[in-house]
Amino acid sequence: MDDRSAVRMENVTKRFGSVVANDHVSMNINYGEILSILGENGSGKTTLMNMLAGIYYPDEGYFYVNGSEVTIKSPHDAFNLGIGMIHQHFKLIDVFTAAENIILGIEGSRTYDLKEVNRRVREIADQYGFDIDPEQKVYEMSVAQKQTLEIVKILYRGANILILDEPTAVLTPQETEKLFKVLRAMRSDGKAIVLITHKLNEVLELSDRVTILRKGQYITTIPTPVATEQILTEAMVGEKVTLDIDRPLPVNREKRLEIRNLTVYNEERVKALDDVSFDVFSGEILGIAGISGCGQKELLEAIAGLQHIEEGGSVMYTDPDGNEKELAGVSVRDIRNLGIHLSFVPEDRLGMGLVASMGMTENMMLKEYDRGRSPFLDRTSSLKTAGEIQKELDVITPSLDTPVRKLSGGNVQKVLVGREIAAAPTILMTAYAVRGLDISKSYTIYNLLTEQKKKGVAVIYVGEDLDVLLALADRILVLCGGKQNGILDARTVTKEEVGRRMTNLVSEEAAA
Amino acid sequence: MRNKYDKPHDSVKEPLIHLVRRVDIPASKAWMIRIICVLLGMLVCALFIMSITSLNPVSVYASMFSGAFGTPRRIWQTLKDMAILLCIGIGLAPAFKLRFWNVGAEGQVLIGGLVCAAWMITMGGKLPNALMLVLMAVTAMLASALWGLIPAYFKSKYRTNETLFTLMMNYVALQLVEFFVDVWDKKQSHSVGIINGDTQSGWMPSLFGQQFAPAVLIVGALTIGMYFYLKNSKQGFEITVAGESENTARYAGISVSKVILRTMAISAAICGLAGFLEVSCVSHTISSLTAGGRGFTAIIVAWLGKFNPIAMTLITAILSFLSRGANQIASDFNFNTYASSILTGIILFFILASEFFINYRLVFRSKKGKERAE
Repeated sequence: MDDRSAVRMENVTKRFGSVVANDHVSMNINYGEILSILGENGSGKTTLMNMLAGIYYPDEGYFYVNGSEVTIKSPHDAFNLGIGMIHQHFKLIDVFTAAENIILGIEGSRTYDLKEVNRRVREIADQYGFDIDPEQKVYEMSVAQKQTLEIVKILYRGANILILDEPTAVLTPQETEKLFKVLRAMRSDGKAIVLITHKLNEVLELSDRVTILRKGQYITTIPTPVATEQILTEAMVGEKVTLDIDRPLPVNREKRLEIRNLTVYNEERVKALDDVSFDVFSGEILGIAGISGCGQKELLEAIAGLQHIEEGGSVMYTDPDGNEKELAGVSVRDIRNLGIHLSFVPEDRLGMGLVASMGMTENMMLKEYDRGRSPFLDRTSSLKTAGEIQKELDVITPSLDTPVRKLSGGNVQKVLVGREIAAAPTILMTAYAVRGLDISKSYTIYNLLTEQKKKGVAVIYVGEDLDVLLALADRILVLCGGKQNGILDARTVTKEEVGRRMTNLVSEEAAA
Repeated sequence: MRNKYDKPHDSVKEPLIHLVRRVDIPASKAWMIRIICVLLGMLVCALFIMSITSLNPVSVYASMFSGAFGTPRRIWQTLKDMAILLCIGIGLAPAFKLRFWNVGAEGQVLIGGLVCAAWMITMGGKLPNALMLVLMAVTAMLASALWGLIPAYFKSKYRTNETLFTLMMNYVALQLVEFFVDVWDKKQSHSVGIINGDTQSGWMPSLFGQQFAPAVLIVGALTIGMYFYLKNSKQGFEITVAGESENTARYAGISVSKVILRTMAISAAICGLAGFLEVSCVSHTISSLTAGGRGFTAIIVAWLGKFNPIAMTLITAILSFLSRGANQIASDFNFNTYASSILTGIILFFILASEFFINYRLVFRSKKGKERAE
């Protein structure tokens, strides 16, 4: 065993009910090294690291930190061993400053010297190149700043083993680059860094070794220099996968939606969409890029009739026969009654797109249960649709009546996307359609969307993975803080340009 | 080196018991747990009886049974108890399914009863009895529906908290009843006594010679109707969707406010019907005790029955049996009535506990890798 060993795990097993999240996993983490833990959603990466951080308690197995066996019963135990984890959801107090958050929960004397804390925070920041102001309040911080704060907090407490759970999910390409720089600086300082991720390019760019998990089991560990995307994908998925997205040129492009001066206030009465205007064409995929929470949700909901559109906004729909209909101010039901087939796959699948406690059959009825005059439900056509979707999209479910909340994320998404496509849409809007799906299922969804595009459907795709967005869409609309920040040709624009526009407003004249 | 890992480690201290959520449980196993819990509850009751009275628990249970089912009269009494309680529970089911926490059944029953009493006192003998009964039933339901629409309106329009609102309205209803009792009371006895005892105007006629048979039949039909309403009607579908997630309802084009108003009107109207049955068919009087806490007991019925009218019928049967039986042992063995309430409480506690064990199982510290279920 080499003396750089920070953590060794032996046969660690964790079960949730009948689900085995980790099945006898053994692995090593070394100091002075960045280790990626790669796996698809549900492969047990986060569960494994949560046990190391004291969030969960393992059912079986042993942990060795710095060579001796340890019991980690709580995050406190983990801290005492120098282990710190940065979770996907930040655990910060909004009304406190950075420094106050950092010392929160540290045991010791009853009083503290804030000046001394500030000085030490700046010291840590200088050492690794963090950009942080200890006196800034958390509610004034951007997502990237909050993440920086979480990392500094853990370093302040003396952590030598840092675990980051999908840290780049919320960052722009520029912010990601900055984070990587800091992580490299920490590596040079001898810290052990674990990066939980499912993004291959990050693994290849940053890490020294990569450990792959699949369905809760340890598959292998590969030194990054010998790894390729293909090798990693196959280890992760367990079979050969083609990672190409077919993008035919749009044919028979016709204007389907003409959106003008769309302004929407969200529930907190904050302007979520500010004067957005664009056109949507049939036979084309329009990608929408933006940091999360920049108005994507409100935009799709406004088109679907779920948001109140401020005075002056217009959503003009042109049907394939050339008849125009104004949709602004029209309710969901009235849009449906106009005979407009507008399909919408919302971000919140079980909280908006589906009824979690109902089975596939009843969920098929959600948008058509009120058809006909009878006061009673007609289940026959839904039963047929449900059966077809189950067969065509390979939905794994014990029965058509099993509550959809019991299905896995991928299958839930198939039910939802399947229903929306089965409705023979002229417009298909999807928000984060592949979030939580594994690679092969993601590609199934991309192919389904491309197929719809070929059929002449106007597809709107809100995505978070810029690589996919650039490969799948024909045009990309960038949203920045609720404002429109250019409509770009997805075939020619660079990822950096899209990333830049996600964070900085450019003048309209400069837009391509 | 390897041997080291094969033996259990003392340094690893696992908590003695921890809870594990059950992901999926077959219905048969869930019912097994329920039955075991009720039996355990009865065992604890028996121990309780023995420890404080040194009576034979078997004879106590026999007495309970005879109290509930001993004679045809007692059977009808138990059935009547069931009918009124179930009627209120059936009224609560659609509201609860919508996650509209209507805890105002008590007041809605009283309002229904009050309207009936008003007809009987003011119009007694002036109208044919059949017309009288129809008018009483319809106006009682309408009045209660209106009473229930008040909190529903504020909830849908201003997002007020319906639990507090419906609860407070119970006390308003109670005061209204006391006020009218004083208005109608001519003998300064603070009660209206049996209304129309001579003419029997507004009294539900007995069926097959049984006073309570009409109430039992009406509630039976209502139960079946509600089962199909919730399961197979479009309105029932809307209730399920809106109750599950308001966003999903909006997404499906369902107007949530409309569903709240409509469902609450139905819910309160059925509670009003319970008030009508109580006054017209059972007690023939009105007082602040007309609802008698059953508006709250019905909440237990609705919850334990998971808003399924058929399951709720079972729960009502158990509760009615327990309360009739407890009264019987109180008189047979000279128990204090509170002692009988303790028995009912123990059984209810175990029924509630069964739901806990259906959702969770306990894992005890044991040999590594082996989990023992409760």
